[in-house]
This record gives sequence, structure tokens and C-alpha cells, in this order.
Amino acid sequence: MLRSTRPVLVLASTASVLLLAACATESTPTSAVTSSSPAATAASSTAPVDACAAGSLTLVTPGTLTIGTDKPAYPPYFVDDTPTNGKGFESAVAYAVAAKMGFTKDQVKWTVVPFDSSYAPGTKKFDFDINQISITDKRKVAVDFSDPYFTVPQAVLTLGKSKFANAASIADLKGAKLGAQVGTTSLAFIKNTIAPTQQPQVFNDTAGAKSSLQNGTLDAIVVDLPTAFYISAAEIDGSKVVGQFAVDPNADTWGLLFAKGNPLVACANQALGQLTTSGDLATITAQWLSTDVKVPVLQ
Amino acid sequence: MTAPVAESVAAPYRDPVRQSFLRRQATRNRSVASISTVVVLVLLGFFVTRTPGWPAVHKSFFDGASFRESMPLVWEGFWLNVRMFLIAEPIILVLGLVIALARGLRAPVWTPIRVLAAVWVDVFRGVPTLLLILLLGFGVPALRVKGLTNEPVVWGTVALVISYSAYVAEVYRAGIDSVHPGQRAAARSLGLSDLQTSRFVVLPQAIRNVVPPLLNDFISLQKDTALVSVLGPIEALRQAQIYAGDTFNYTSYLAAALLFIALTIPLARYTDWLLARQRRRQAAGGSW
Repeated sequence: MLRSTRPVLVLASTASVLLLAACATESTPTSAVTSSSPAATAASSTAPVDACAAGSLTLVTPGTLTIGTDKPAYPPYFVDDTPTNGKGFESAVAYAVAAKMGFTKDQVKWTVVPFDSSYAPGTKKFDFDINQISITDKRKVAVDFSDPYFTVPQAVLTLGKSKFANAASIADLKGAKLGAQVGTTSLAFIKNTIAPTQQPQVFNDTAGAKSSLQNGTLDAIVVDLPTAFYISAAEIDGSKVVGQFAVDPNADTWGLLFAKGNPLVACANQALGQLTTSGDLATITAQWLSTDVKVPVLQ
Repeated sequence: MTAPVAESVAAPYRDPVRQSFLRRQATRNRSVASISTVVVLVLLGFFVTRTPGWPAVHKSFFDGASFRESMPLVWEGFWLNVRMFLIAEPIILVLGLVIALARGLRAPVWTPIRVLAAVWVDVFRGVPTLLLILLLGFGVPALRVKGLTNEPVVWGTVALVISYSAYVAEVYRAGIDSVHPGQRAAARSLGLSDLQTSRFVVLPQAIRNVVPPLLNDFISLQKDTALVSVLGPIEALRQAQIYAGDTFNYTSYLAAALLFIALTIPLARYTDWLLARQRRRQAAGGSW
């Protein structure tokens, strides 16, 4: 009788020993990282200029600035799905920030970071992520953001022949079948501000929203204004930007995304500040994004 | 039919001493099983919660406030999964059976039907379900055929039905093949027609044999209803993703998972019970 219990106990104790061993080996490097971070955060709050010298930064890969973005990387923010070419608004911003932080073009490495994984807990594989990510208070609980590098209004895009093509107010859009990309503030805007009578449709990417607009499943889609311009000018014949919406300061500013507590934020903010003061950021924006076209603001 | 006889046959003499020994043994086994399970779970819990990254993981995946906040939203989406599943399931059952029967037609005149059924199974079992959903959901509305619905949920469900009918047809076919040829021969020799043989002899045995794998396919279907979200409809998993994107917290996926499990587990236990009953019946020599 006793004999039958022994294997169980042996099994249990072996399992626990194995677990213990696994945890022991696992915990050493990670705890080193956690213990170093409070000191790093303290340093960032004072942010002496020297701490931001390229050589003294704590990076994912020493000596290299690793920047994340999603794939495919869409225009007008990236061109040809190639972040390394420096073309497109966000690619240009990223290289400008990197240059101000003291990195040459060769010292910048790009890595693919799907939006859904950008806020995963644990060690990040990027120093910062640039992926049209809106800064919101809720998101700040999980990650850190840089100062905004772009403020973008939401816009509504429809086909010229649609009955919503002449909508003049937010109320006019209530009856429309609307669509947006998942995870975007566009979707939140539809739900919270337009509050349409029909449930909005949600897509993995703007491609899904675009095909649904084209094949008539949707009346209109909500995207950020530069994307709306790009789609109407280059992607969907006969589409029309009906209007843009007033800027919501807690949804419509984009920031670089950092791991929570990463001291690099202060240095990136310093770089962004310099770019703003020098007017370089405005130049980059004007070069890649057509924001000057007149579009009525819908109330 | 002859219950009293069957009972007397099935109830041999039981030695009370042996019976009580077996009972004690069973109790002991059960308590050892529970203790070892509890020990393993406690140890696992203990070590996972002591890993250095646990606080971050706990906050991202198991946050109570996020769970309470996201559950009603996810539940709203889940209702769509349930509706898609409830509508698709009976259609799949019938369509799969029709395809399986079509594949089994022997007369030469039925050759085109048989070939069509074989091609249906080969193609739709081979094609990724996601492609079918995209093709029907985005493709059919783009044809702009008058009178045809544009509703993405409808076309997504149709795609699921097509894909799963191919799987289910193969399950049925395996069931039909598992019926001993002698059964068919015997039925024919009794003067039953081919159709009658299928209807009264082969199919009742075949379907009983394949109930567990059929339920397996349906559990898989329940989860695959989430694929329809690529077309735009907001179901449970998409709702969870929206919440996660808004708040950068994955706990909403846990809420969705619990709902799917709540739907799956009763079905899985029912399958187990069916299997056990089947085994009992066969062991007892066919007495009910």
C-alpha cells in the first residue's frame, strides 16, 4: 500500500526541485534589470545633459538605437514598407531624433513590433517604438511615452457617390455604417463621439476597412487626417475626405513608445524639443504629410 | 427489452469483503490524487508568483479592475459568436452528411455527384478557413449582385459552414466505413433496398460511432467563429482586442477565454460521457 504512494511523492518532489532550479536560473539576469531600474529612473528625473550622450545610454543593443514599428509600415508614414530608407513621416522623424541623440544612420536598427505586442510586459526588444501610437492616460499605466511629435485630427472618408458625402456635422453621420482599424483612437472616436446607430465594423488594418468601403459594406471609414488624404489621393478612386474633427488632446497626439521606466524617454524628449525649436520637425511634417488642404471641421 | 434477464446476468455474486476493500482502495486513490494535484498546483503558483516579472505579468494579464471593466463588453461580443455557432452547427451537420453520402454513391450514373463531393472535401479542407472568410466576406459584396446581402456576418458564417462541412463529411465517411460490410450484406440479403440499408442499418451505427469526433469539430468551430472578425463584426475576441488596444492591458483576453471555456467544457464533458456510455454498452453485450 505504501509502495503505491511513493512514486507520487517522488514525482511531486522532483517537480518542485526542477521548478526551483528553473526559477533560480531564470531569476538572476531579470532581477539584475529590475534592481538597476530605480536608479535609472532617478537619474532621468534630473536628466543631466551628459546622461544623454550616445555612449552612456542603456540600450537594448549597446551602441545601436533599436527602433520598432509594425509591418507592413503604411504610407505616408513609411514608404515602400521600408523604414530604413528614411522616407515617410515617421521614418524621417525617427532618424531625426536618432541624429539629435548622437546616432549615425548606420547605428540605427529597425525591428518589427506588431502594435499588439508593443505594450506586452517584460523586456522590450526595442529602445522605442514609432507606430502612429496615440498618447492616452490609460495607456500611460502600461508604457511611457515621449512628448508628442505630431498632433493629428481624426477624419471621415467616404466614396463621392455616397449619401454621406455631403455630411456637414457629426450628427449627419449617425446613421452611417462606419468602420475603423482595431486599437486606434479612430475607433474610440466613432464609439464615443459619433455614437452611430449601427455597430461600427472593426478591422485588423486599414486595408480591411478600405476594401469594405470600396465594396459597399461600409458607408464611411474614420482614420487620421493624413491617412485619409493619402487614401483619397493615391489609393481609392472617387473617395472623398468629408471632414475632419476637432482635436482631442487625450487621443490625438502621437508619441514614441518606451518600456515603462526607461530613462531614455528624457533623452528622446530633449531631441524632440530641439527638433521642434529648430523647426526641423515642422519641415519633416510638411514634407511628408499634406495637412494644408482645406477640409471642413465637423462639429 | 429483456431488462430483468439482463440484470440478473449483469449482477454476479459480489464478495462483501472484497467490495469494502475495493471501496477503501478507491477512497485512498482519490485522496492521493487530490493531494498530489493540490501540491503541484500550489508549488506552480508559488514559483510563478515569485518570478521577478510576475507583478508586471499580473497587472497586464490578470488585473481585476480591467477584468470587471472588460467583461460586459466581451460578453456583448460573445453573443455574436454564440449566434454564429448555433446557426452554423445544424447546417454543417446536414450538409456534411449529404456530402458524405454523395461520396458513397456507387452507381455509375452518380459519378459527377461523387466527384463533386470529393472535390468539395479536397478543396475546402485544404484551403485555410481564413482565406474562405476573406474571399466570401470581401469578395461577394464586391460583385455587387442585386438582392444578395452585404452583411459580413452572414458571409463569414457561410464560409465557416463550407469549411467545416468538408471536415464533418470526412468524419461521417469514416463512421460509415467503420460499419462492418457484413452489416450491409446482411441487410441486403433481408431484402432491404440500398437506400433502406443506409437509412436503417448503416447510418444509425455510423453516426453513433462518430459523435465524439463530431463534437470535437464543433468545439473547434466555436473558437473559429472568432475568425469572422477579420470582416469587421465585433465578436468576443475582437472586443477583447479593442479593450487591450485602448488600455494596453491584455486582461480582456482572459475574459474572452473564460467565456469560450464556459461554452466548451460542458460540451467536452458531454462527449466524455457519451464515450463512456458507449463503452459500457459494448462491454455489457448490448444491453441498455
